[in-house]
Amino acid sequence: MGKYIEMIRIRFLMMLAYRTNYYSGILIYSINIGAYYFLWNAIYGDKGSIEGMSALQMTSYISIAWMARAFYFNNIDREIAQEIKEGKVAIEFIRPYNYLLMKTMQGLGEGIFRLSFFSVPGMVVVMFIFPIAFSTNPATWLLFALALVFSFLINMQINLLTGILTFFFYNNMGLIRAKRVVIDLFSGLLLPISFFPGWAQKIMDFLPFQGISYVPSMIFTESFSGSEVINAVLFQVVWVLILILPIQILWLIARKQLVVQGG
Amino acid sequence: MKYVQLFFQYAAQYMKTRLTYRTDMVVEIFSDLMSQAVNFVFILLVFGHTTMISGWSREEIIFIYGFFLVPFAIFGAFFNIWDFNDRYIVKGEMDRILTRPIHSLFQIVLERMELESLFGVITGIAVMLYAGSLLDLSMAWYDPFIFVLLVLGGTLVYASIFVLIASISFWSDSPTSIMPMMYNIGNYGRYPVNIYNNVIRFVLTWILPFAFVGVYPAAYFLGREDWYTYAFLTPVVGLVFFTFSIFMWNVGVTKYRGAGN
Repeated sequence: MGKYIEMIRIRFLMMLAYRTNYYSGILIYSINIGAYYFLWNAIYGDKGSIEGMSALQMTSYISIAWMARAFYFNNIDREIAQEIKEGKVAIEFIRPYNYLLMKTMQGLGEGIFRLSFFSVPGMVVVMFIFPIAFSTNPATWLLFALALVFSFLINMQINLLTGILTFFFYNNMGLIRAKRVVIDLFSGLLLPISFFPGWAQKIMDFLPFQGISYVPSMIFTESFSGSEVINAVLFQVVWVLILILPIQILWLIARKQLVVQGG
Repeated sequence: MKYVQLFFQYAAQYMKTRLTYRTDMVVEIFSDLMSQAVNFVFILLVFGHTTMISGWSREEIIFIYGFFLVPFAIFGAFFNIWDFNDRYIVKGEMDRILTRPIHSLFQIVLERMELESLFGVITGIAVMLYAGSLLDLSMAWYDPFIFVLLVLGGTLVYASIFVLIASISFWSDSPTSIMPMMYNIGNYGRYPVNIYNNVIRFVLTWILPFAFVGVYPAAYFLGREDWYTYAFLTPVVGLVFFTFSIFMWNVGVTKYRGAGN
């Protein structure tokens, strides 16, 4: 266990060395939030609420969704693809740790770094520019924190899956790029899943993506009520468990048919 | 003449290298299509809940998005120099560029072109035709020419902003993060500028004129006569900004000191 915690720490310190890179990141996210802020205000016009959400809740939703993205988002899929391409993965196999778990820990170190140097100060910046409703209920915050952990895990697992697919496709940069834009839409980052037409929502219920952004953001803005919150978090837990299966299977197959082209 | 010849030779070379890895290219075009589709779906979803956004209908917003895609694709094919600082200044590649017998910026455009991005022109025109047919837009014989002119104007606007930012690298060392920021600000141009407040509107018109890539020129084809002045300013703004950016580039090149070896 100790070595994995060490992984988190090292990645955190690595990120810390380049912390100035992140100030501009906050600005970029604020610019994105701004675009959606104006767009949504124009969409709401004089409508009081759409799909049970007020304009204020929508602004808060967009802001927290972007700032939460800073926490769960990482390029581990790219890193894995790179290591497979360069043949480094062969060395990783013989090292005394579980490669996938180690990658997860690195992602976590990155996440913790971004949470403290990006999301939190970013949220403060955004708070001064746009009107945002913060809940005063500690239970909401607690559930939000819990949901955020699971959203990290689901996103991480999807990254691991796309990364492992490099074993079979050799070059899957395109897939990784496509995955990113699809997740932006299907996870509820761009707009809440409740804004999708009914049939699309039914399909989404059978996919893990809304566990990434929609669930924590809806909890944060208190747009979910009562049992909806519990169901949403359970939805996340179930998906975290389900996703372990394809990852393990693909990993075992990949190990067997690994071809290293130099290294 | 020499420039035209060189351009086609480089383009031919580029096609050869890309066609060696055909799947790569297909996947790349596919992932571009994907991100365009996501934006398109976003507009459709939003209009499931409202009929008008600040006086613009669903089809009009789709049309504006379609128009935006065309200059953006051309820009992406030739002026995708977001990594200029890293690639040319930090690594000292600029030294090599300066030994070439053509203008340094043109040389970089030749080296960095990504022709597959031009696929976005087709997508954009298809989106415009779709929205246009729903809107019953009529087309005069001269409209295609105006379209070309406005697209060129929009492309120049985009290109000049990125050339300007690239030129900063000649003076200061780390403006790398400004580039991605510009891509995000550029997205503001995809929607009608009257949804933003006056400050942002002013910035998008006169300082970082991204509005001239999407909504202003598109307003001409949508027959929005109150926006015509801005629509016809598009090529002018494009030319003025581009001339200025070339001027700054040329001044910057004289300040270039090399990265050492």
